[in-house]
Amino acid sequence: MTTDLGMPTTAPDGVGFLRGTESFPVAAHRALADTQLRRNLGHATRTIRGKRARVVAEVPDWEELRRAGEAIKADTMARLPELLEQLEEAVTARGGVVHWARDASEANAVVASLVRGTGADEVVKVKSIATQEIGLNEALAEQGIAATETDLAELIVQLSDDRPSHFLVPAIHRNRSEIRDIFLRALPGVDPDLTDEPRRLAMAARAHLRRKFLSARVGISGANFAAADTGTISVVESEGNGRMCLTLPDTLITVMGVEKVVPRWSDMEVFLQLLPRSSTAERMNPYTSTWSGVTPGDGPQAFHLVLLDNGRSNVLASPEGRAALHCIRCSACLNVCPVYERAGGHAYGSVYPGPIGAVLSPQLTGISGPDDPNASLPYASSLCGACFDACPVRIDIPNLLVQQRAASIASHRTPTAQDVAMRTVAAAMVSPARFRAAERVLGLGRFAGRSGRIRFLPYPGSQWTSARDLPAPPAETFRQWWKRTRGSQS
Amino acid sequence: MNAREEVLARLRAARDAGAPRDGVPPTPRDYRRTGTLAPGSAEVVDRLAETLTDYKATVHRVADEDEVSAAVAGVLEDAGVTTFVAPPGLPARWLGEVTARVRPDEPPLSVARLDEVDAVVTGAAVAIADTGTFVLDASAPDQGRRAISLVPDHHVCVVRAADVVSSVPEALARLDPSRPLTFVSGPSATSDIELDRVEGVHGPRRLDVVLVGPM
Repeated sequence: MTTDLGMPTTAPDGVGFLRGTESFPVAAHRALADTQLRRNLGHATRTIRGKRARVVAEVPDWEELRRAGEAIKADTMARLPELLEQLEEAVTARGGVVHWARDASEANAVVASLVRGTGADEVVKVKSIATQEIGLNEALAEQGIAATETDLAELIVQLSDDRPSHFLVPAIHRNRSEIRDIFLRALPGVDPDLTDEPRRLAMAARAHLRRKFLSARVGISGANFAAADTGTISVVESEGNGRMCLTLPDTLITVMGVEKVVPRWSDMEVFLQLLPRSSTAERMNPYTSTWSGVTPGDGPQAFHLVLLDNGRSNVLASPEGRAALHCIRCSACLNVCPVYERAGGHAYGSVYPGPIGAVLSPQLTGISGPDDPNASLPYASSLCGACFDACPVRIDIPNLLVQQRAASIASHRTPTAQDVAMRTVAAAMVSPARFRAAERVLGLGRFAGRSGRIRFLPYPGSQWTSARDLPAPPAETFRQWWKRTRGSQS
Repeated sequence: MNAREEVLARLRAARDAGAPRDGVPPTPRDYRRTGTLAPGSAEVVDRLAETLTDYKATVHRVADEDEVSAAVAGVLEDAGVTTFVAPPGLPARWLGEVTARVRPDEPPLSVARLDEVDAVVTGAAVAIADTGTFVLDASAPDQGRRAISLVPDHHVCVVRAADVVSSVPEALARLDPSRPLTFVSGPSATSDIELDRVEGVHGPRRLDVVLVGPM
């Protein structure tokens, strides 16, 4: 990959977590063999789907809100650089300091240097997918700075040296007894008689984190929204760990992907209705904090906002693909996806799993060729369309998946078996005569087993049948049938 | 090129390269900007009481401000509160019958002192009946800086009917974004373990709302 100065650029390799080490089918096969994982995921996604449906049904203007959310995001993308400059001006005017980061390494270096500048060697963190994307905790650890995740699920993930698998519930792949075992093993000073009752587990985390909150000097957060006109940042959360990190430390550092800006504070009237109902399936999440710069006598007296590109300019440069930047990370598309429900978040490799991750990750990183694990992500879907219906900002994910499949094919430098198969089909379909001949020669029916399904085809058809079967074609083709039954009339 | 200039240059190039052919349509604002129930009405206060209760806040209804102090006193006594913090501008009449010891946040209490008090009593800037939410404005004298309603484990919030609206858009129109705002909907909660909701994590584990107004 070459980088042209000032031109849209993909996220660099070697830092952060936007790409796994193996393709989706390989990772998914392993996940599917884990019956505990499937049971945990099935239970959790079924629960939240039901709750979401009930609270969405309460809102008579849900569709109007979705259309407004979609349009606000499209408008944002059309003037993203102007809005960011406006945001910078508003945040600076209110005593904040704005930093810009081309990529993950630069953002990590900015944050590490800011933390070192305070003299602190410990930070408390609000859940932030952007900081996971850039591998901030690992980068801080290299500089001798310990980052403590304070969201309960993030803490579970951190204590078990695991990776998040869901936007809202990063430890969705763990059940209560696994979580108890993790706490007993890794939580300092934990009661050895801890049960697996969720309330007891939450209280153990509270006891562990409270000391850290009350003495923390530096907090690090992401941002759900940032209003360009007023410089107001919003963090939407449930446990109060966000309020602790945003309020008690002397210094607050917020890392935000550039796409999180919205034009106006008043646009929050749309997103504060769409996000909670789509995400936690509540009418409103327990806590939303908003702040603009620094407020004398209240909260952190030093505020830094780090604006992150890391591949987002590459996504924005695609007229269709940029809709992936509209995502507000609610996770509704994960919860309704039949593929996510079975394979889980880890199979996607990236910190952005599920349907939206399958279209966002490959655009952020670019696709280096057919062996790039992210090249397999757009195929992690049956294109059933449930993700579009659930998306609160109407991202047409099925359409983006198809486009990303095309981009993935275009990245092939040498033809794969699928390319050969597709070219053969294309050659056969250019004229009616060729198609007729191909139909006769092919006689696929001979591969059908007793079930009437084709389970094995020779290469290149094996590329299809290695993953799924297909119904045997009828003995007679449509053209033959037409000729026999109606042919005399034409 | 420094990082700022380069990120902006990349985004300008991307903005143009990816511009939709037909431009961007204006944002449709045909969603409900006003709620179904009139602000301050008995109906909107009733609905707020329901939605607050749904998310495990305990609601106490009183007819007018003269009755607030008895309600607050009752809540604090029931919970065994001996000391509580109050923002500097909390109306004194709300605490007339309270026997627990008040620690005014003036001069500001340290975090360690806040951790020692049993409760906090505040007002609210606005409340949203559709969602069971009240909003704290940290610059309002009866609500106080953010830490005082966060560190104590029990929050008692007094909400006046005049400040109750039906919908989220109506509430935002009444708020000033230049001030730190906290939207509160029930006590802190988590669903991180099997999506099973547990109330009471890091924020106040107990939330009482005294609703003042028509019944």
